[in-house]
Amino acid sequence: MEQMISLAVKAIFVENMALAFFLGMCTFLAISKKVQTAFGLGVAVIVVLAITTPVNNLIFNLLLREGALAWAGYPEVDLSFLGYISYIGVIAAIVQILEMFLDKFVPALYNALGVFLPLITVNCAIMGAALFMVERDYTFGESVVYGTSAGIGWALAITALAGIREKLKYSDVPEGLRGLGITFITVGLMSLGFMSFSGVSL
Amino acid sequence: MSLRGFFDSLEPHFHKGGKYENWYALYEAVDTIFYTPGAVTKTASHVRDAVDLKRMMILVWMCTFPAVFAGLYNVGFQANSAMEVLGLTEAEGWRGAVISALAGYDATSAWDNILHGAMYWLPIYATTFIVGGFWEVLFAMKRGHEVNEGFFVTSILFSLILPPTVPLWQVALGISFGVVIGKEVFGGTGKNFLNPALTGRAFLFFAYPAQMSGDAIWTAVDGFSGATPLGLAAAGGIEGVLAANVTWMDAFLGSIQGSVGETSTLAIMIGGAVLLFARVAAWRIVAGVFLGMVATTLLFNAIGSETNPMFSVPFYWHLVMGGFAFGMFFMATDPVSGSMTDKGKWVFGALIGVMVVLIRVVNPAFPEGMMLAILFANLFAPLIDNFVVQANIKRRIARNVG
Repeated sequence: MEQMISLAVKAIFVENMALAFFLGMCTFLAISKKVQTAFGLGVAVIVVLAITTPVNNLIFNLLLREGALAWAGYPEVDLSFLGYISYIGVIAAIVQILEMFLDKFVPALYNALGVFLPLITVNCAIMGAALFMVERDYTFGESVVYGTSAGIGWALAITALAGIREKLKYSDVPEGLRGLGITFITVGLMSLGFMSFSGVSL
Repeated sequence: MSLRGFFDSLEPHFHKGGKYENWYALYEAVDTIFYTPGAVTKTASHVRDAVDLKRMMILVWMCTFPAVFAGLYNVGFQANSAMEVLGLTEAEGWRGAVISALAGYDATSAWDNILHGAMYWLPIYATTFIVGGFWEVLFAMKRGHEVNEGFFVTSILFSLILPPTVPLWQVALGISFGVVIGKEVFGGTGKNFLNPALTGRAFLFFAYPAQMSGDAIWTAVDGFSGATPLGLAAAGGIEGVLAANVTWMDAFLGSIQGSVGETSTLAIMIGGAVLLFARVAAWRIVAGVFLGMVATTLLFNAIGSETNPMFSVPFYWHLVMGGFAFGMFFMATDPVSGSMTDKGKWVFGALIGVMVVLIRVVNPAFPEGMMLAILFANLFAPLIDNFVVQANIKRRIARNVG
């Protein structure tokens, strides 16, 4: 239990997807103008990460990893070179299914998430979480915790950025820096603030 | 000629078409130090108050003076004591020449200590002021806004949170980063979202850790190393601090190792009390920081740990060690980068209090956490305000429907 809590804290703060690894930057920068939408996108990322990371974990452990096919009688087969294509396929498929499922059964949430849901397929934070999960050899339970908390960390970061950008509407930024330029500087300064966690070993 | 008459005779040169048109920002800045600006709003809804931004900022600036003098005394006291221990009789270079001419090296004499301290702090402050002022005036001239008094406060706060031995070119670099990236790219005072002084300090901290942390930098004597109480506590808990002959009273009065202006909690509290009394600093933020710190400390005391001695450090020690008091009164209460709503101020303060103890106790990489805790809370200040405002709107709608 204690181990799971420290894994969660680590994934949310210490190794924040957006501000420590700079993953998922395109959506992070593009859809952070308003707190409301940023929060919606954040929730969508949490949901997708919480589902795809464990599913990819199962696929890796039961099909791809060296010796994983022993149950089928092929103990020497190593399919891990198929990793990238399987993970991204799984992510795309699950997002698609999730979209149809929400459309049918939870239309309110579906409308709230809108275009973000299909966008998330190509969010590198999702793929990043799958690859980190493989690299660090998480068990199924760990991958559930890791996926969820990585999503929470990303959602936290994008909501904070949206808050700052709403405040920056009243700023008087020099012409050449308006728009994306100042957002890059803002994100850099935010990650300076998040460095307070670097070095925490849990 | 009266002072007013002197300014009035100069003024036409600085207006559009005048000889020194580009320097108007500088003229305006000097003029309003002496006189309240004569311009008033022509349209409706105009609030009058004798206290404008300039007077407010100058009050903050003056409130740091107790901390400045206590800090100067302490820097000199530490240096003179260290020289005694090492058997040195004279400081090197120009500092030695000035001190020899005006005073001695007696650690028991207040004048000797203050002068010795001033030899280190004044160059830092001068560098901060000249370099930072250069950027400030440059942006004011090019972008057509006024030179803002916020810089008075930024400059003195920045110079007070540096260690006394910091190289001057790093001071220049740090304040440049703080003023330009932390403030001016957003349009100047009131439009930034991080405290510029802390931004500059954090930049130096991560860029030049050798000159910003460790044991050898806190005393202005070559070859002498003394750990800060926080460093001692991280290694051996409060017993480690007491073993180094530092009592709680020493830490409270300020005769300990540390950054120039951060050591004396008593002096900081005097300045801070004036700020709170004048309602320049928000008491809700100060109270929030303090309560957050106490609550988190008590929590860690209750959990306890066998390997990490910081867990058992009581809250009254956290209060006097490192930059906590200085940050609580002067940094966290920055009206620009903090939360604006009343409820938000409590949350914002508490977030700082919690974070500072978390960083000090749990993060072995940084012994001090005040700077990073405030920067971290700055990031969330607009979001906190946003939630408070949304909640207010919802409550009002509900009230009107019912």
